[in-house]
Amino acid sequence: MKLDIILAGVGGQGILSIAAIIGTAALKNGYYLKQAEVHGMSQRGGDVQSHLRISDKPIHSDLIPMGECDMILSVEPMESLRYLPYLSPRGWLVTNSKPFVNIPNYPEMDSVIDEIKKIRNNININADDIAKELGAARSMNMVMLGAASAFMDIKVDELRTAIRDIFERKGDKVVDSNLKAFDAGLDFSNKNRA
Amino acid sequence: MKKLLLLGDEAFAQGALDAGISGAYGYPGTPSTEIIEYIQKNPLAVERNIHREWSTNEKTAVESALGMSYAGKRSIVTMKHVGLNVAADAFVNSAFTGANGGILVTVADDPSMHSSQNEQDSRFFAKFALIPALEPSNQQEAYEMAHYGLDFSEKYNLPVLVRFVTRLSHSRAGIERREVTDENTLKLPEDKAQFVLLPAISRRKYKGLLAKQDDLEKESENSPFNKYIDAKDKSMGIIACGLAYNYLMENYQDKECPYPILKISQYPLPRKMIEKISTECDTLLVLEDGAPVVEEMLKGYLACGLKIKGRLDGSLPRDGELNPNIVAKALGFKENELLNIPEVVTPRPPALCVGCPHIDSYKALNEALSTYEKGHVFSDIGCYTLGFLPPYQAINSCVDMGASITMAKGAADAGLYPSVAVIGDSTFTHSGMTGLLDCVLDKANVVIVILDNYVAAMTGGQDSSAFGRIEQICLGLGVAREHIRSVVPLPKNHEEMVKVFREELAYNGVSVIVPKRECVQTLAKKNRSGRA
Repeated sequence: MKLDIILAGVGGQGILSIAAIIGTAALKNGYYLKQAEVHGMSQRGGDVQSHLRISDKPIHSDLIPMGECDMILSVEPMESLRYLPYLSPRGWLVTNSKPFVNIPNYPEMDSVIDEIKKIRNNININADDIAKELGAARSMNMVMLGAASAFMDIKVDELRTAIRDIFERKGDKVVDSNLKAFDAGLDFSNKNRA
Repeated sequence: MKKLLLLGDEAFAQGALDAGISGAYGYPGTPSTEIIEYIQKNPLAVERNIHREWSTNEKTAVESALGMSYAGKRSIVTMKHVGLNVAADAFVNSAFTGANGGILVTVADDPSMHSSQNEQDSRFFAKFALIPALEPSNQQEAYEMAHYGLDFSEKYNLPVLVRFVTRLSHSRAGIERREVTDENTLKLPEDKAQFVLLPAISRRKYKGLLAKQDDLEKESENSPFNKYIDAKDKSMGIIACGLAYNYLMENYQDKECPYPILKISQYPLPRKMIEKISTECDTLLVLEDGAPVVEEMLKGYLACGLKIKGRLDGSLPRDGELNPNIVAKALGFKENELLNIPEVVTPRPPALCVGCPHIDSYKALNEALSTYEKGHVFSDIGCYTLGFLPPYQAINSCVDMGASITMAKGAADAGLYPSVAVIGDSTFTHSGMTGLLDCVLDKANVVIVILDNYVAAMTGGQDSSAFGRIEQICLGLGVAREHIRSVVPLPKNHEEMVKVFREELAYNGVSVIVPKRECVQTLAKKNRSGRA
């Protein structure tokens, strides 16, 4: 088993909480894990990424080799494209379609979506809207994790357990709304996978 | 024991705690900050009341650790690579005094400059100072090296440099812990001259330091962190230092590497191992995540003899960090066909946060300076360096900690008017105060703007040594009371701020303007934890 994921987004969007849940599930199953993060200047609204590597064998590099990444999981559509050189030809691109516009020259949305659709295995989901409809606007990340979980070599129930573990201290209500968001994302991918 | 999921920085911090340190000193700097942050929150550190407050700068940090070493206790000092420049006087001389209690000077380098103004390699400093160095290649080694390094430091009575790079500092992996060691008890050095570097004593100490080098080399040859992995194909031997070893092995994930490998994580270089690989192999490939330190040593100035491939002959890029693909190319592997980044992808540089007080300060400063041509503002290291970018385009320099004040002074000395410095609160106490004294002594015609957001913001909101005492410091250094002006950087105060800036620009002498408002990030964090 080998699962290399690039998590992408904009500083402050909270991609690391997604990484924490996948990582918790992976460790519980005895997998090896390495996860490289970006701290410092880029976190101030710049583009950020995290390399998350999970394997049943020891992992050498903290960085994923280009062309070998199994999945780009992005919480922002333009950011999903920034790391394409990493994606393997068989890899999945799973992205939120809701743009985070904090630069004056953000490209036309249609051209961004066109590029996303050029990737053979893509899921393009408005996770912000889905989270809002569920009354859990802050759970956009869990919608994205749910959507991505359809294509991961980790059992969905193990990810659900990890969500419970991570959010437990914030109370049942937070756990439930995050699980609901996760399931909505998973449901979307199952209905929309090519 | 259950594995802990830790950043490389945190693994080292846990290792140092478990190895019985009594103090952690440092100044925040990406990618080193998380070492002390981890210790500040750690229950064992709290229970033992280990020193874990931030120092005013890297030099005071190294000196404090040296004092703890004098008293016989163990300590670590942490900083980013450029921080070692600030601490260099203390660091280089600490090789002469040597250590009593174990001391690890832990420096996190930033190849590719993810969050830095240069990518200098701290291994140069270790070699220069004749201090042994450790370079962990993974998180578990980072943990182990804290124990090993402190023991080593006490065995040879020498400080040890531990070199991190960004990709190890900020990457997580599972760590297995060892048993916890007791702290050392107070014990002064047996040799009463040990820490007295009078020339006559220094000459003796230098000979002693030189004499230790052979033993240090032998230690490197027997180090658990240096490995010789033999293989059949002697057409090439590979020397892989620190993290570069991982990028090498990544390329042999499912197969044996056909070439002999020398993995190096302890310096000085293990001479016998180097001799073995260079006599047995026809060529050498040297992989280093940083400057070509080892490559240059092996190659020498004339580059005669064995063919050595690396950063100097173009086999690897001369600058920037390594990665598996760069190493694959140097090994002669066929490159993967890669997808391109589509043209629609636009750069998204970091920016000042919405509501950031610096925005209001820059807007007022820009307006006050609008009657002059551009190019009069010297700035410094911090979030406010982003004021160089549009829409503010407010600053004209960023060199090193504290340089804003002294560069403004030098430019004023040259006749530039107005000459303005913009510096953050924490940077001011780190390295700006002495420059301000220069300004006062010379009656320089400068306006110093000290942006006070109460914390070291860029690195994540650590305590600032300047908090609550900037005006007193400026008064104490001799700035006239009526030319120390506080303002509150808010949009509603714009006109008032412009007026204050204009008044002080018009004054021929040293003015200090202190815009004071808390960083929105730390404020939001406080509000969140207040709610919970």
